[in-house]
Amino acid sequence: MMRYGLWVATWLFILVVLVAPPAMVLSEALKDGLGAALATLSDPDGQSAIWLTLRVTVVSVAINTLFGVLAAWLLACFRFRGRQALLVLLELPLSISPVVSGLVWLLLFGAQGWFGPLLERWNIHIAFAVPGIILATLFVTLPYVVRTLLPVMELQGRHAEEAAVLAGANFWQVLWHVTLPGVRGALLSGVLLTTARSLGEFGAVSVVSGHIPGETETMPLHIENLYNGYQSVAAFTMAALLGVMAMGAVLLRSAPEWIARLREKKA
Amino acid sequence: MSIEVSALERFAPGRGKALLRKVSLDVPDSAFVALVGPSGAGKTTLLRAIAGLDPYQAGTVSLDGQVMEDVSARAGQVGFVFQNYALFPHMTAARNIAFGLDVLPAARRPTRARINERVRELLELMQIPDLGGAYPARLSGGQRQRVALARALATGPRVLLLDEPFGALDPIVRRSIRSWLRELHDRLGLTTILVTHDQEEALDVADRIVVMQDGQIVQDASPVDLDSSPATEFVMEFLGEAVSFPGIVGAGRMVLDDPLVLPFSVPDSVADGPAVAMIRPYEIQLVPAQPGQNAPLRAVPRGARNGYRHYVLNCAGHDGIPFFLPQDGADHALEGAALDISRARLFRNGLACL
Repeated sequence: MMRYGLWVATWLFILVVLVAPPAMVLSEALKDGLGAALATLSDPDGQSAIWLTLRVTVVSVAINTLFGVLAAWLLACFRFRGRQALLVLLELPLSISPVVSGLVWLLLFGAQGWFGPLLERWNIHIAFAVPGIILATLFVTLPYVVRTLLPVMELQGRHAEEAAVLAGANFWQVLWHVTLPGVRGALLSGVLLTTARSLGEFGAVSVVSGHIPGETETMPLHIENLYNGYQSVAAFTMAALLGVMAMGAVLLRSAPEWIARLREKKA
Repeated sequence: MSIEVSALERFAPGRGKALLRKVSLDVPDSAFVALVGPSGAGKTTLLRAIAGLDPYQAGTVSLDGQVMEDVSARAGQVGFVFQNYALFPHMTAARNIAFGLDVLPAARRPTRARINERVRELLELMQIPDLGGAYPARLSGGQRQRVALARALATGPRVLLLDEPFGALDPIVRRSIRSWLRELHDRLGLTTILVTHDQEEALDVADRIVVMQDGQIVQDASPVDLDSSPATEFVMEFLGEAVSFPGIVGAGRMVLDDPLVLPFSVPDSVADGPAVAMIRPYEIQLVPAQPGQNAPLRAVPRGARNGYRHYVLNCAGHDGIPFFLPQDGADHALEGAALDISRARLFRNGLACL
């Protein structure tokens, strides 16, 4: 009885808190029909927002994956001075408010910031431009790859890598043939979490972007803009698209399990 | 390939505790050496230092007289087998074995066909010819051990370092793989260092036993010498069950504190004074009661194993002495007998008296 009650409570909670909001978004988007919804996507500012979001995501994911792999490897394999401090620092983007992480970049690269005037002279724009958006997204999504890889790498231990080194493999061969294949599940998981977060980041990006429609508006910013302008069908359509993209990324995380299960069934 | 370790020192990172204290060891070409000692003695630390896997703060490791700088200098020359095998789980047995050849720079890498041929040879040598396509997860412990060994041997190293390689195997597989390993060592002309905490295994397979304690080598000798003249009480106890009897040496005789144990003569070289006689249970002899002996010897039977009846002897000054008698031998009068321990080794302050 107890177990049944818990089951009902869990599902009820999930339905209300997790399933209902996306369902509402989808129904709002489709309230004038699918045609009307799709038509809103042909707006040039909307399309520019989609492309910008995709570009920012690809760059952030690439950089943070590379950095995350190397950082996790360093943290898992070596004990060095300042290691504990580094671990705490890596948590920072998760604990700090995204607005603050956006403000940091303005402080550094804004027109009144430390490096702003200098960069202005060379005609390099970071604040209120795409590089600023990328920096803000990098900051917010930095921990995901490291944090998912680190425990798995620590569990895996160093012996396989040492065996590879003694067999004559160089650093990159060890990383590519031994370390990464051993943690590929966690790596995929970390990359997809980074992707989902990059797609949806609002706070930090909002601070540095300057909200220039068609130039520095990512999808989440554009959605806010549309909604505030009473274009609710367009806003919810864009929101549904963003939601589907993020959900696709998260669903892909379980893809390896499905593939393994399918193979087992066949075998 | 000979291995020379000289005055090797290693400290634990951070706290600075000494893990190896000026360890020197000479292993001649084609020797089979076992490193034994209790946990924390520094056996694995020494082995890993020889392989170049861990840094050391002082001393050198040379192979065939050449000082080895770092691990890449040893790559391909030294085969290492880890206690947990450390196979690459995402590669088949064959790819695991071929790894050392696959990662060679293109100019020195054999052709695909040659590599596959080499893998086939090694699988044959390891007596697992059909397992090339299997992933490590599907292999038994003994099979994984053989794959790990084949991987260590693929590049044709002259030195084989084994870190507790039989630790996770069941006793039967252990015994068979042990003698097979010894054969392999002889056939390939390897120089092998084996780390084990099992002294019986070491005595069984190695030509030379190096006993370690607290980051130092306590004794380095052949199995026979180690058994006949252990350097310290610790070595004596570590190599097998031992019973100690305190006493006093005087006038060429060791007189024991326990009246039930007969005095025995000792070499002149042993100085007079207190000493400890240590003996293996199976070396203890029973003799008829001595005139004037009044303390009774009591024997408690403890069943029979391997053709011997086991007893625990209790006498006035000493309880719980293990003692064995052949099962089909004549019945001894255990009650009231005395003990002859003239085959004991003598120790003073923990060190052997010579």
